[in-house]
Amino acid sequence: MATEVMFFGQLTEITGSSRLAVADVRDTDALKEKLFQDYPSLSAAKFRIAVNNKIINDNTLISEDSKIAFMPPFSGG
Amino acid sequence: MLSDKTYDRYQRQLILKGFGAAAQDKLAAAKVLVIGAGGLGCPALQYLVAAGVGHLGIVDNDVVAISNLHRQVLYDHEDIGKPKVEVASQKLTRLNPGISIQTWQVHFGQQQCAELLPLYEIVVDGTDNFASRYLINDACVLWQKPLVFGAVSQFEGQVAVFNSIRKDGTRSVNYRDLFPLPPAAGEVLSCAEAGVLGVLPGVIGTMQATEVIKLITGIGELLTDRLLTYNALTQDFFTMQLESNPAAVDHLPTSVDSFMKMDYEVLCGNKITGIDEISYRELAGRQDLQIVDVRDLHEQPRITEFSCLTIPLKELEWNLDELDGKKVVFICQSGKRSMQAVQVFRGYDPDAEVYYLSGGVNSMPKQE
Repeated sequence: MATEVMFFGQLTEITGSSRLAVADVRDTDALKEKLFQDYPSLSAAKFRIAVNNKIINDNTLISEDSKIAFMPPFSGG
Repeated sequence: MLSDKTYDRYQRQLILKGFGAAAQDKLAAAKVLVIGAGGLGCPALQYLVAAGVGHLGIVDNDVVAISNLHRQVLYDHEDIGKPKVEVASQKLTRLNPGISIQTWQVHFGQQQCAELLPLYEIVVDGTDNFASRYLINDACVLWQKPLVFGAVSQFEGQVAVFNSIRKDGTRSVNYRDLFPLPPAAGEVLSCAEAGVLGVLPGVIGTMQATEVIKLITGIGELLTDRLLTYNALTQDFFTMQLESNPAAVDHLPTSVDSFMKMDYEVLCGNKITGIDEISYRELAGRQDLQIVDVRDLHEQPRITEFSCLTIPLKELEWNLDELDGKKVVFICQSGKRSMQAVQVFRGYDPDAEVYYLSGGVNSMPKQE
């Protein structure tokens, strides 16, 4: 089973999609590592991660039911 | 007591449950500063004026351009070339003559924060770049003003209310809790670079006005400690809970004095320690600096005043060993590529003493 990850803003240009299913990751650090392997430019991008609609400051356990979001800053007006 | 005319103008909101004359009076007494009268500022201003917010300040340094008109709905074709604050003030006064509007046609910097923030109760960020956004956030924390934040990117927008007073008297999170530091220069593109659907800032700016009205009147639940993201393509809203971030405190200026000394253009990578024209003259006399022209070979005029290496920017990465242990000045046509060169070189040697010639060859004195 896989965890669904949502991407916002210009991060979707790196991932090619606003939603990805990532298999076999137990926490947010592992998720990042997996995504950085698949999308190297993501590692240089600025974003915050939300797990179940709550921003996280530290590595956080996730399950396949977790709702993950990668949120970059927007600057335009 | 509301006059008959006032009652008629605001009748549709006065009859709302939980609103009434008390809320209307609060709006009439409120003082709101809107920074940026562009895609976000236009709709925010229109709804704030229409709703009866009594005292508005508007700051914008720009004149109306034709490329503004697909989203900046206060302006029309006749206004091209006119200062935005002037046109905005005229049109908003026509919309609601009872509102007091003050305008400043300036670039909003630290000095303006110090002068204007004490005069207002709520700040609306309608700017279009990270340097202004971090400046405004930090100023609102220092002067203890709630900040109604809005930003857009292509088809998506973000809205939040930062630094407002929670029920327990503490201040809600600010932008530094969300993103303690700005992204690298060029990583997140602006509307001018990446584009924006015209209606999108209309939606986001209108949401900002909604939050301002809620802040003033006390109705509803504010977007405090939350970030709302809207996607125009899917009509999806995504809300995430924010919390204070220990890293934020490290980067917020702790006093007005330290705030005044910050360089937000440098913070946001728009400017790296530059050499101005005077330093440029000094440069000719400094024997310890290796000068590197990162322009392509065909670009004119070539530099003849002093000896320099030529390494086009796109080849720099593979030729960095030529610069080992040297103090380096990168030069290009306008300063932009040499700034990137500084970053490339810093990546290779973080401790290097390295400069770029700000303004590039264009800024060098013309040869007789």
